[in-house]
Amino acid sequence: MRGRARESGTRDHGPAVAGRTAARLVGPLVLLLTVAPALWLVLRTAQGDLGADPVEELEHQTGIWALRFLALTLLVTPLSRLAGWSWLVKRRRALGVATFAYATLHLLTYVVIDHGLLLAAIADDIVEHPWVTLGMATWLMLLPLALTSTKGWIRRLGGRRWNRLHQLVYVCAVTGVLHYTLAVKKDVRLPLIYGAIFALLLAYRVVVRVGLRRARAERAAARDAAAA
Amino acid sequence: MFPYSRPAAERLSASLHRHGAMHILRAPDIRSSEITPEALYLDRRRFLGVATAAGVAAVAGIVGPPLLRRGADPGRDVGGLGGDGGRDDELTSYEDVTGYNNFYEFGTGKDDPKENAHTLRTRPWSVRVEGEVAKPATYALEDFLEPHRQEERVYRMRCVEGWSMVIPWLGFPLADLLKRVQPTSKARYVEFTTLLDPKQMPGQRRNVLPWPYVEALRLDEAMHPLTILATGLYGKPLPNQNGAPLRLVVPWKYGFKGGKSIVKIRLTERQPATTWNVAAPNEYGFYANVNPEVDNPRWSQATERRIGEWRRRKTLMFNGYADQVASLYRGMDLRKHF
Repeated sequence: MRGRARESGTRDHGPAVAGRTAARLVGPLVLLLTVAPALWLVLRTAQGDLGADPVEELEHQTGIWALRFLALTLLVTPLSRLAGWSWLVKRRRALGVATFAYATLHLLTYVVIDHGLLLAAIADDIVEHPWVTLGMATWLMLLPLALTSTKGWIRRLGGRRWNRLHQLVYVCAVTGVLHYTLAVKKDVRLPLIYGAIFALLLAYRVVVRVGLRRARAERAAARDAAAA
Repeated sequence: MFPYSRPAAERLSASLHRHGAMHILRAPDIRSSEITPEALYLDRRRFLGVATAAGVAAVAGIVGPPLLRRGADPGRDVGGLGGDGGRDDELTSYEDVTGYNNFYEFGTGKDDPKENAHTLRTRPWSVRVEGEVAKPATYALEDFLEPHRQEERVYRMRCVEGWSMVIPWLGFPLADLLKRVQPTSKARYVEFTTLLDPKQMPGQRRNVLPWPYVEALRLDEAMHPLTILATGLYGKPLPNQNGAPLRLVVPWKYGFKGGKSIVKIRLTERQPATTWNVAAPNEYGFYANVNPEVDNPRWSQATERRIGEWRRRKTLMFNGYADQVASLYRGMDLRKHF
């Protein structure tokens, strides 16, 4: 029906209204998405359903969800531009904060449950084992991003400086995947899949930037030619 | 022959007592080929909740005599947990022992072996013994096992990844087999090869490790009375996922040294190339003795998590079997020969 209406050139308000309803649902849906894995883990823990090695399972799940939310965060920009889903940009902050939240749960599981707060042993582990060092570094880089994720901090820093600071997220993607890859004993298939996803997400930025630079150069050249 | 801190029978029954479960063990001298498991063995989990007194009585009555009989035969003593000064070592549940392990032939996840090992056919099975032996031969599994009395050995199992279990194996000393096949004077190492058959072992369709899986011991390690070839656990035949029908168990070494589903035993003059050592020589040495002081490059080996527990415990030198095996390595630099 709608299709025909469009073909005939008249417009009804159906799609716009549906779009607004969808937009209203996006917030709660994203919230549900970010909280659901944690709730699921709590439920499994309460039911003693974490398998033979619950500590390892908690570490693995919190870590993998941090990476997944990091990938989703980085997916927002390409998806909003390529698919025209501009409403998605508003949800990037929630996804970024979820990344930090799961990374923090991951770190807490490691520090409190796995190592029983034995700080000397933990310090040794961080210093001696590169994959632990990388994990720790990733969390430390996520920390300022989470702290400055509020509107107030964007204002205080100014858009330009804020943007520059938040480019650290690209470094986090690299160190996070390396951390995962080095943690795996032999079968690195899954880490490589995550690596490929992040590589695509970062490649999109590079392509866009190179494109912008080239366009700017061409415009400048055209201007010079016109002036001459 | 070995100074076990507590008689193994007492320890086993105490452990079962703590689990509140009744457990029935089979007489030790029955051939594996005659074992008809499911009808005779009762899954201990079904007995959770049965009155403890009944459980203890059953353990005392049924487990007691065979253990005592074995205990009366020196050198064939039940391998107790030994040498650890009374640490609290409860048996790991049957469910965890058979549901969480590494057996890359069936996938690299620790739930994979249980999920996928049903494709392994363990009958008929043959074992080839070759190399530096007076009597090389290919045995049908039944003939291979026939002369050996199966005995219970409760051992700690420490994985190189930092987790551990306590497992009641059923098996016989490897030394008994070696005496039977008579190593020549040149023999210095024993190599164990796992079945190679990607049809039965789907994990072998990927080159995640060089197949077939090969492990090896120095001859004196192989002859050590703690080293066994296992055919069962918890009084039942080995489940496929745990390396049926025949696997190696060397309790003072990291678990990966215990080759599973063995089809070939070869005695050699030179040190064999072993699978994990070939795959990552800086991480997994030939000896792979449990050693809290020598770290894997990627993780510390100072502590471990016993499956079923949340808190880490300290890893013991030679997995707590130092009294029995430390002499094998006298004068060796264990950092170099890790």
